[in-house]
Amino acid sequence: MPDQDRVVKATASMEQRVDAIQSALDERGLEASKGVAELGYLAQEVWTPKNGARVVAKAWVDPEFRGRLLANGRAAIEEFGLTMPKHHRHLVVLENTPKVQNVICCTLCSCTAFTIIGLPPDWYKDLEYRSRVVRESRTVLKEMGLDLDPGVEIRVWDTTADTRYMVLPERPPGTAGWSEERLAEIVTRDSMIGVARL
Amino acid sequence: MDGMHDMGGRQGFGRVRFTHDAKAFHEEWEVLANSLYAFAVRRGIFNMDEYRHAIERMEPRHYLAASYYERSLTSLATLLVEKGVLSRDEIERRAGGAFPLAGPSAPGRTNAPDREQFAPGDRVRVKADCFPGHTRMPGYIRGKCGVVVSESPAYPFPDAHAHGVEAQDEPTYDVRFRSEELWPNSSEPALVHVGVFESYLERAPE
Repeated sequence: MPDQDRVVKATASMEQRVDAIQSALDERGLEASKGVAELGYLAQEVWTPKNGARVVAKAWVDPEFRGRLLANGRAAIEEFGLTMPKHHRHLVVLENTPKVQNVICCTLCSCTAFTIIGLPPDWYKDLEYRSRVVRESRTVLKEMGLDLDPGVEIRVWDTTADTRYMVLPERPPGTAGWSEERLAEIVTRDSMIGVARL
Repeated sequence: MDGMHDMGGRQGFGRVRFTHDAKAFHEEWEVLANSLYAFAVRRGIFNMDEYRHAIERMEPRHYLAASYYERSLTSLATLLVEKGVLSRDEIERRAGGAFPLAGPSAPGRTNAPDREQFAPGDRVRVKADCFPGHTRMPGYIRGKCGVVVSESPAYPFPDAHAHGVEAQDEPTYDVRFRSEELWPNSSEPALVHVGVFESYLERAPE
């Protein structure tokens, strides 16, 4: 009798594993392929940083909106018709100033306010960012191209619960009189994560 | 659990592989893996805490070597098998090879019986508590003191919600810690804010 425990099977490729799950769920009538098509579209075309960029631009030009956004982020974004998943019950908007740089992370997994600032970039989910940004934030930011003046205080926000965070970057100089639409075009996902200034 | 996923403050990792406008997805299977787990959550097959816990339960060497979306798919497959939706034999047969899954879960727990409410400005301490199930207390704040900055709406208690245990929803507090106190003599000065569930906290000693 061969020893079953000693039979080593080669691990299936990622494509084969994904296809195995999807086809098995489809065969049970769960319509996974249909659901996946819709969710894939949302993830790539709808939940993009352009949503957050519109919110930031509005906050720059409309002080009353800015006040509402800082007081209750989730309610304020609904003014744009933007939504968050049910389990994200709270959106905290973190305002940068000349003396304060906010930066967000998730050391335990890779949580973000993805419907607003877009799905996280690859580096945000990597072990390097997750392990180091809470402990050596100034060096990590510098390595990423953000060399902050020593007088700037860094505040790191670890997304350990289902409260979601978004950084409100400072409006850059030289943009006086710009329209909201034009301002929205210069707001990047990295600035809303807090690893870049505009 | 003190799992490999608890990355905050671990040393030895190098530079962040940062590029401007980095992509969220690089391959089509990644889009599918992400959508499949989200689909299962939408269908109510499992919740987000169960999903996160099944990632944490991956064998540590598998966790470290896997990409983000491989971890996602491993959690999805593990939960589908554990909940009896699919069998491991079937998915391995369909995949044409081994399909590594996460390890077993420890029992969950309900809210702490002695939890108390806090207000902004209160000085609190994270209980020196080691729980082998799902928890959202990163190891680097265990036993550490900080100041409450704000309170969130009530959320399902992860230590229960990942394990099918009954519990009351409870708020988290944004607690402000100083990096120099989290890692004495071995960190750069910064404020580190963590969303901490009420059950994990106690009033700091005077």
